[in-house]
Amino acid sequence: MTPVSILISKELRCFFVSPVFYVVGTIFLFISGFLAHLMVVNAGQQAVRLLQIQHSYAQLNLNDLVFRQLFYSMDMVLMFVLPILTMRLFAEERKLRTFELLLTSPIGINEIISAKFMSVLLIFLGLLSLTAFTPLVLSIYSTFEWNPILTGYLAMALQGTFFLSCGVLASTMTENQVVAAFLSFGIILAIWLLGSLGGLLGDTILGTTLSYLSFTEHYDRLIRGLLDVKDIVYYLSGTGLMLFIAHRIVDSHRWQ
Amino acid sequence: MICVEHLTKRYGNHTAIEDVSFVVNKGEILAFLGPNGAGKTTTMRILTGFMPPSEGTVTIAGFDSFEHPQEIKRRIGYLPEHPPLYQELTVHEYLTFVGRLKGLLPALIPGRMAQVVEQLNLGPVQHRVIEHLSKGYRQRVGLAQALIHDPPILILDEPTSGLDPKQIIEIRHLIQSLGESHTIVLSTHILSEATAICGRVMIIHCGHIVAEDTPEHLSSRFRHTQKLNLTVKQIPEGWNDRLQNLPGILHVAQGSLANSRIIECELGQDSRDTLAQFAVSQGAGLLELSPINLSLEEVFLHLTEQDEPMGPDSDFEHSATQQEHSRP
Repeated sequence: MTPVSILISKELRCFFVSPVFYVVGTIFLFISGFLAHLMVVNAGQQAVRLLQIQHSYAQLNLNDLVFRQLFYSMDMVLMFVLPILTMRLFAEERKLRTFELLLTSPIGINEIISAKFMSVLLIFLGLLSLTAFTPLVLSIYSTFEWNPILTGYLAMALQGTFFLSCGVLASTMTENQVVAAFLSFGIILAIWLLGSLGGLLGDTILGTTLSYLSFTEHYDRLIRGLLDVKDIVYYLSGTGLMLFIAHRIVDSHRWQ
Repeated sequence: MICVEHLTKRYGNHTAIEDVSFVVNKGEILAFLGPNGAGKTTTMRILTGFMPPSEGTVTIAGFDSFEHPQEIKRRIGYLPEHPPLYQELTVHEYLTFVGRLKGLLPALIPGRMAQVVEQLNLGPVQHRVIEHLSKGYRQRVGLAQALIHDPPILILDEPTSGLDPKQIIEIRHLIQSLGESHTIVLSTHILSEATAICGRVMIIHCGHIVAEDTPEHLSSRFRHTQKLNLTVKQIPEGWNDRLQNLPGILHVAQGSLANSRIIECELGQDSRDTLAQFAVSQGAGLLELSPINLSLEEVFLHLTEQDEPMGPDSDFEHSATQQEHSRP
């Protein structure tokens, strides 16, 4: 096994014995399930209204009425939940002085950051895959297009990956886990607000640039079923940038 | 095995260590002594690759710390001041993780685990979660993680901290036995520990090495007078004054027993013969007459009570001379 896989397995072990993981996982799945339930109930009410107006069964578009709405709402859920998953990654290591063990072991800082990021990404993807229960169950009772759902899940996965990298960065900045969680949320919120600022500035160069820097327009495109390479490049480069800054911060701690 | 040259570490405007150079040979046990904030932990952290020096070079097992840090890290077992323990893991899980992380082959882990668990008496707790262990056990688990991959070099920052007296003795014996096949650098503030287990002692003060020698040589090096313990069967009248008037005797003080005296003589003049003859002639009944070596505590206090850091040997001579002059 490589040092990265050894560290990933240890991180996963720590996650699975931590109550935080179970609390966060339960909240995440409960909220996503509850939101899906609300969307389905809403779609049902619309079907009844259409039935009353048209006196015939209407063909509802579940992609628009349920899934797109669900994916929109999940954006906020990820924004609140993922910082709690990442807050302990480096903050706890520094607080408990276990980082000294890692930095004096034959493993590089880039490997440490990769392993910690990969471990939390695996946890997130595992939780996300459990939400696939909703479309799978609905597919038994209804018909809908699968492609927008797959791009929606890709959007959530990429969005989550980016948020996790922001969380990793925040966790390298402090020894306090709560501060790390708020810092992570603050970074994500600031990037989100760039989109609103870009919208206010309109079609100017600054406005377009700020809108591009925010994840809002990229996420919107993906959940509408538009698969564009530039959106994927945005998420991957954003994630890479956050992890690079995290690497520089960890390295700078060694000099302090 | 370890060669440190002109090591300096600065944190902003604060200089933690300055121009520190030393060599530790294979199979040697070297102790760092010094008050808190002297630079012991900084030096150890640089040796282990935890932090880079601001200036200077570290060569360990022939590898330069800047060019081959991973090679060095594979060869070092490090116990930091605070044992780096993952609270949620069991002792067994933790040691397995550290062993694998340090590059120990999976097939060798069970054997090494059994050996280390036995060496450190961790058997009763090896399947318990670290969070629930006592401070003594945690310290031993910390020591176990430094040993698990059987490194040729051990760097131990206060290895007996938090242990009870019985455990301290056990760990000292373990370090001594490891010293036969390992190169060990340890820091301690327990001076008797350094005397008991280390072949060489390095006293660090304000980021400088102020003394480096065997404990015995340090004692003799900073001795300005010779002290003797004289115990007699019965104390004659006016005994202290009579002793004081003998040639070469500087001071007479009460010893640990009622009929014993600590006699301070001039250095270089062996007064034992004079004292023995005197005790017999006075009919006191000579029971014991033995030299008292300057303890490492006295050397330590002598060196670290200076306000300003001193350079190596030449400055010492200066300090010793000053003391010589101030002596009555």
